[in-house]
Amino acid sequence: MNATGSHPGPDGHARPENPHVTGNEVSLDHGHVAGVEVADRFENPGLPPHKLRHADVDPKAAKRAEIQVASMFALSIVGTVGFLVAYFTIPMHKYVWIPWFGNLDLLHTLFGVFMGLSLLGIGLGAVHWAKTLMPDAEVVEERHPIASPQDSRQGVIDTLGRGAEQSQIGRRPLIKVAGGAALGIFALPMVVQLVGGLGPMGEAERELRNTFWRKGLRLMTDPEGRPIKAEDVTMGSVYHVLPEGIYDDPKQKPNEGQVFEHDQDLGVLERKAKAAVLLMRLPSAAFVSSKARDWGYQGIVAYSKICTHAGCPVGLYEQQTHHLLCPCHQSTFDVTNDCEVIFGPARRALPQLKITVDSQGYLIADDGFAEPVGPSFWTRKR
Amino acid sequence: MKSLAARRRHPAAFALLLMLGLLITGGMYAAFAPTTTAQATAPAATAAEEVKAGEMLFLANCSTCHGINAVGTKEGPSLIGVGAASVDFQVGTGRMPLPQANVQAVRNTVQYTDEQIKQMAAYVASLGPGPAIPDAKYTDDLEGANVSRGGDIFRVNCSMCHNYAGSGGALTRGKFAPPLRSIEGKHLYEAMLTGPQSMPVFNDQNITPDEKRDVIAYMHELDKANNPGGNSLGSFGPVGDGYFLWLIGMPIMLGAAVWLGRKAA
Repeated sequence: MNATGSHPGPDGHARPENPHVTGNEVSLDHGHVAGVEVADRFENPGLPPHKLRHADVDPKAAKRAEIQVASMFALSIVGTVGFLVAYFTIPMHKYVWIPWFGNLDLLHTLFGVFMGLSLLGIGLGAVHWAKTLMPDAEVVEERHPIASPQDSRQGVIDTLGRGAEQSQIGRRPLIKVAGGAALGIFALPMVVQLVGGLGPMGEAERELRNTFWRKGLRLMTDPEGRPIKAEDVTMGSVYHVLPEGIYDDPKQKPNEGQVFEHDQDLGVLERKAKAAVLLMRLPSAAFVSSKARDWGYQGIVAYSKICTHAGCPVGLYEQQTHHLLCPCHQSTFDVTNDCEVIFGPARRALPQLKITVDSQGYLIADDGFAEPVGPSFWTRKR
Repeated sequence: MKSLAARRRHPAAFALLLMLGLLITGGMYAAFAPTTTAQATAPAATAAEEVKAGEMLFLANCSTCHGINAVGTKEGPSLIGVGAASVDFQVGTGRMPLPQANVQAVRNTVQYTDEQIKQMAAYVASLGPGPAIPDAKYTDDLEGANVSRGGDIFRVNCSMCHNYAGSGGALTRGKFAPPLRSIEGKHLYEAMLTGPQSMPVFNDQNITPDEKRDVIAYMHELDKANNPGGNSLGSFGPVGDGYFLWLIGMPIMLGAAVWLGRKAA
């Protein structure tokens, strides 16, 4: 550093004189200037030499840049005026066909294009102006020392010490202990919620372990709600199924002395989110597992549609491979083998609903689900 | 002519000549090549004649894979009991004849006239009972169809494979559910009825003919849908949108940042 506080670069190119530099500041380069003290560091290259731009030397180029900047601002004005014109002249809901985009709402399209021009014109003009005409010499602004003067710092320490003395914390241990304990445990409510979860534990478990399905409920088509005859489920068919009565009296409250079996007090969407079932018919010979045959009816099987990974509806049934695919994370279940997972992040097979037929030939549930449907939860082992 | 000769060594001359040559060859081929579609047989053919004509077409075009008696071979399945609707769908959408064995037959140029397809369908229907070609009142006359119910049925039964907007989607191992844009009502109906390839069957007890009609009306309504918000990026959902942002949106942002940071020379 020389006497005036400016740093000569290696090529002798002096930085511009800075009126704020007094020579007493903390130096940014910590003395790592060429040839001084720490020789094993690389040399400070200093600022690169300043190059003059076309517009700095050539008045013609400067004029050209001026016109460019002005025309960008003019473009912005055109955009703004166009926006206003479109606002007052174009009717709403008028559609025009534009290649690649399809049928677009003309008014909104023009709003977008004109507002884009309006904003972009200002932005491009400002940047181009700054890059071509405004001064581009780099200036180092030296930093002043951050620390307060020594007597101010000592003053703070004295004040704190006096405060501690006057608060009598040293002489009254009871306050010290009680206050410390209060501050020490006030975070516990947060920790308890974090560890124990935020839901009502017992009740949530009842809701997660059971669905609307129970013995004797008919299988109904979704969304039309028709009962399904076993003979109507032809080979290769898929039925999207909900339990009978799932739309009845949502948010029912039990009467005096009445006990609901499952889910009657839940809303329809909550019921559906757990009770959705997929019904398929496969050739009986296709099944690898005997459970699928026993729990089904003549090759008709019903499985929960709720993925055991993240609860998405597993609905993509491939008729030829008998694979069920979850659209969210590509978990694949083998319907011929108890819906075991053969690919993807799911870790448990889809629960099977045991079905049979009633006296009129309609498919009914022989029981509710034997295990909780859907993803794992906090008190579930797997 | 002299000026033309002077330009014969112009760099563009070679490309121009090549284009001209290709154009002439292609044009001549189009003009003189024999047309592949045979002449339609006379109308008012009786049912028996139709089956007979269909059998001829079957033996000539389909029996290589499906067997002489349509009982199937290693290359193709039996056609007994698949019904006229299957033939009308598979041949009417150009999926059959299959150009080459692949994971899935895809929609292609239709190779036969409507008359010929009708004859083949009649022949296959005569082999065993199967779903018939649907009545036009369910597939074409959609006046008064319940579009909103069709949408409900579509979203529950179809959208998990064919996408919420009918844009299609991937299945396992290269198979896919095709997009359902601008498909004839008849073919939509037949696909539901017969369950081609990976698709499961939605018979008339599962989704009644009236409900199928509503679904068709809903699909046609989707075809007509406008894009008030600009390009829909194929309506593929978040994956397509993400690709657009990563591959187009972010490079533009990065380019702008680089431009802002650079010094003007």
